[in-house]
Amino acid sequence: MRTLPVFRRSKTEALKPEAAKDINYSSQWRLMYIKFKRHKLARISLYVLGFLYFVALFAQFIAPYGLQSYDSKYVNAPPMTVRFIDGEGKFHLQPFVYELKSARDPETMRKIFVADTEKKYSLQFFVKGEEYKFLGLIPTTRHLFGVEEPGRLFMLGTDAMGRDMFSRIVLGSQISLSIPLVGVGISFVLGLIIGGISGYFGGWLDSIIQRIIEIIRSFPTLPLWMALSAAIPPRIPIVTMYLYIVIIFAFIGWTDLARVVRGKFISLKNEDYVIAAKIAGVGNTKIIVKHLLPGFISYLVVATTLAIPNMILGETAMSFLGLGIRSPATSWGVLLQEAQKIENVALYPWKLIPLGFVILTVLAYNFLGDGLRDAADPYKK
Amino acid sequence: MTTQTAQAAQAAKEERPLLSVQDLKIRIQMENGVMHAVDGVDFEIKKGKTLGLVGESGCGKSLTSRAIIGINPKECETTGTIGYDSADAADSELNLLSLDPKGKRIRSIRGRKIAMIFQEPMTAFSPMYTIGNQIMEAIRTHRTKNKKEAKKIALEMLGKVGISDQEKRFDQYPHEFSGGMRQRAMISMALSCNPELLIADEPTTALDVTIQAQVLELMQSLQREFGMAILLVTHDLGIIAEMCDEVAVMYLGKIVEQAPVKELFYNPKHPYTKGLLKSMPRLGGEKSVRLDSIEGSVPMPIDMPPMCGFYERCKDRIEGVCNVNAVPKTDISDQHTVRCFLYTDRPEGESP
Amino acid sequence: MTKSILDVVRLNKSFDVKSRKKLWAKPTRVQVLNDITFQLFEGETLSIVGESGCGKTTLGRCIVRGMSASSGEVNYYASEGERIDYLKLKGQDAKKYRKDIQMIFQDPYSSLSPRMSVYDIIAEPLIANFKLRKSEIDDKVTEIASQTGLNVSYLQRYPHAFSGGQRQRIAIARALIMQPRLIVCDEAVSALDVSIQAQIINLLKDLQEQYQITYIFISHDLSIVQNISDRVAVMHLGRIVELASTESMFSQPKHPYTEALMSAVPQPDPERKKDRIILEGEVPNPANPPSGCHFHPRCAYRTDKCVQQVPELREVGDGHFAACHYAEELNLRGVRHEEAKHA
Repeated sequence: MRTLPVFRRSKTEALKPEAAKDINYSSQWRLMYIKFKRHKLARISLYVLGFLYFVALFAQFIAPYGLQSYDSKYVNAPPMTVRFIDGEGKFHLQPFVYELKSARDPETMRKIFVADTEKKYSLQFFVKGEEYKFLGLIPTTRHLFGVEEPGRLFMLGTDAMGRDMFSRIVLGSQISLSIPLVGVGISFVLGLIIGGISGYFGGWLDSIIQRIIEIIRSFPTLPLWMALSAAIPPRIPIVTMYLYIVIIFAFIGWTDLARVVRGKFISLKNEDYVIAAKIAGVGNTKIIVKHLLPGFISYLVVATTLAIPNMILGETAMSFLGLGIRSPATSWGVLLQEAQKIENVALYPWKLIPLGFVILTVLAYNFLGDGLRDAADPYKK
Repeated sequence: MTTQTAQAAQAAKEERPLLSVQDLKIRIQMENGVMHAVDGVDFEIKKGKTLGLVGESGCGKSLTSRAIIGINPKECETTGTIGYDSADAADSELNLLSLDPKGKRIRSIRGRKIAMIFQEPMTAFSPMYTIGNQIMEAIRTHRTKNKKEAKKIALEMLGKVGISDQEKRFDQYPHEFSGGMRQRAMISMALSCNPELLIADEPTTALDVTIQAQVLELMQSLQREFGMAILLVTHDLGIIAEMCDEVAVMYLGKIVEQAPVKELFYNPKHPYTKGLLKSMPRLGGEKSVRLDSIEGSVPMPIDMPPMCGFYERCKDRIEGVCNVNAVPKTDISDQHTVRCFLYTDRPEGESP
Repeated sequence: MTKSILDVVRLNKSFDVKSRKKLWAKPTRVQVLNDITFQLFEGETLSIVGESGCGKTTLGRCIVRGMSASSGEVNYYASEGERIDYLKLKGQDAKKYRKDIQMIFQDPYSSLSPRMSVYDIIAEPLIANFKLRKSEIDDKVTEIASQTGLNVSYLQRYPHAFSGGQRQRIAIARALIMQPRLIVCDEAVSALDVSIQAQIINLLKDLQEQYQITYIFISHDLSIVQNISDRVAVMHLGRIVELASTESMFSQPKHPYTEALMSAVPQPDPERKKDRIILEGEVPNPANPPSGCHFHPRCAYRTDKCVQQVPELREVGDGHFAACHYAEELNLRGVRHEEAKHA
């Protein structure tokens, strides 16, 4: 009887640090990560999104003003330039802004704002401002930056009520960026379960579910959203309204993911290695989790990432039409309501800036999804 | 030119090989190094004869055959000479590798002078057009622009390859043909322009054995009728024995042994050839005999140092000799060459 | 007389294929397996040969219950001799007896779960069926892995790091770890290079000797079949047309199809006389089988009786079965035992 080498899984060479880079020891996730890193655009998008979400998380801290504050003296004011060099050419280390004073444009006789070089306000950090709850828990009055009273800081101008656009964009990002995530999260779970059942068990159950999906998908989205939004009662707490909106989107969105999941289940369940596992006596649950799920979780991640832009655009469109988020909450879509009037856009073009953020976010998610999709099948040459 | 010199010239021409590959090398840049997929291959094909290129997966035989008509992907860097000497004065004494792979010249040779058939007949045909349409396309590109004439030729070819009911079949789509019939249709398309050389890359691997017998028989009878040369690429030594006049055995990008067919089977020299022959079970052989296997598996030819590619698996390897130098070619006889250090000091062969 | 380990009785499998042309037309029934009946003896290697569409792969899968049969019985004689109705096993019984019959698949690239390490792949059947300590699992996996010729230090790698032959060894290790009594090899070496095929065939033979395994070897390659089998069954369009000992069948077949199959195989011997039997026509379509004897359109010896009557698989010699009306009268050509002329 020859002596066999003693093998203990805990002591194998796979656990040595060099092995981590060896392609032979790389699991599917590692291979995906390596491929993803090569997609430059996707990586940049990841950083951009990371930054946006970071800002959204600390929105109240970063925004100089709260949602409710306004100053009727500065209605429709243009963005203020943050300067380092003053009118006399002197360089100041601390950035500052000039106060805006109203004047009349000599030619058009319209009310405009010009910088008053007499009154300078320095930009300060950790300035005292309005009260809010940091991260929703700790009451404080410190903001990341701002100017001391009675100065005003309007980095991206103001709207028709004299509210700071920059603050509103930052605060609005909380809703615009989180609704899609929550909505897609719900879709994901719904899609996974329903699609999984449909694909794995097949038969009449599959047929029924597929017909339901087809019916839902054949509804024109916008009118459906509008109808559902109109059904939301008018004066309800922000949180409830938020939930309603999210559920409405998720209700439509799960169908796409369910179909992806179902398709993958069908194609994978007849693979040789699944049959081999069945013959070896492995139970159904284990087969689904260990053999089938890893096979398409990468596709799920990609499908999910690509579903998010849809939701962003949907929420923006809804709020733009006045059917989504309502005051006192705000989102980028709500901010764009003022852009509905052509004179607003022509005279006060800074009101379109929220649109730029929407585009940026949607593009970033699309590129990220692209990169993930390319990386998703690490075995494809 | 007088008749005598014309005759002499003609005789001299008959002597020259139709295809002459010299020092063919194909390099592919991979993530982890340069793969020498084909590493210095020489062989000749004479008019009307069949050369078999035999080897297992990864030996480079498919790449070699495709390089002749220039259909390898652009990642393949090909160097060397592929001499082609057509009976047509216009295409005689050409170096095929010097031609632009996308240019007109090679396209006029591809399909007309040199035709190719592939392993998977389903993917060789477009599913969007009828078989007849596709065969006609080949004919109208190279032979005649006249639609009526082309159709006549196409129907004739279909009949020649044993497809009955030609008129009906002409209007059918590839998926309506069975595997064997598709392969025949592909042969008829390849032969429709009377090529001088037919390259067959694993033409029967995907077919059932009874259908394979039909197709091989067909290829042989067509060869006799058209007088064309065949380059047969396969891994099946049985097919080689049946069909070929000469055989070249490839391993890891090099030809390790080349000889006329009987010589190769009855007097193999290279350890790989011997190993292959011994590891094949034969019908009619001793029952339940233990097969002689070649240990190990084929390595990847990436950044290989100069040594014999078969070293790791060779039962007769000589340490210090076979793993330090590139192996030169040795002549066993005027038609039998081998690349092996075991034969480099034989009296009748001088290593170049 | 050796014991029977498996008794397949009138196994049938059919598929209903929806008509592509008419939306509401009744689906066509494709009979892939047609009343398959045979006995399998303990410790033997029975090969099942045939061309595409003959149903051999389906037969293998139905036997191991990777696919459900439409009707018929598979009687399995377990280690204590008790007779088990294998296809109808459920629950605890299923767990107990299904370990005994395992399968090795043709494609080494799709039969191993690409997202599990080789160790996990081999250990999985063990973990699913027994409760063992980690060290016990380690030991068993190591033992099986080294016996199938795998390098133990590479067990933590993933399948994509291995070559075709090595992956097939992993598949064999996985099938073997439960100590089955019967292994169905579904074209287990067809996708491998010739030099690797010999290695795997030798391995299978060694393991059979060591563990007393019975093999059902499904293949289309007659040369390998002759080398490895004790008995051979030839299938054509869902039916067994001939069943006999290897010796008997190859020296003198009793069915014209077998004769044609054997003569069609190209042999690596240039001097061998090439008086082949070339069959006319195509391999028939199981969705539209010919009447009477399914082989009659291509058979050189056919008569009117063959077009009308389906021949039964009957005993025409000692343990030699054939499904041909003229099995006793025809003098068919087998493969000649020739001396090897070469090195």
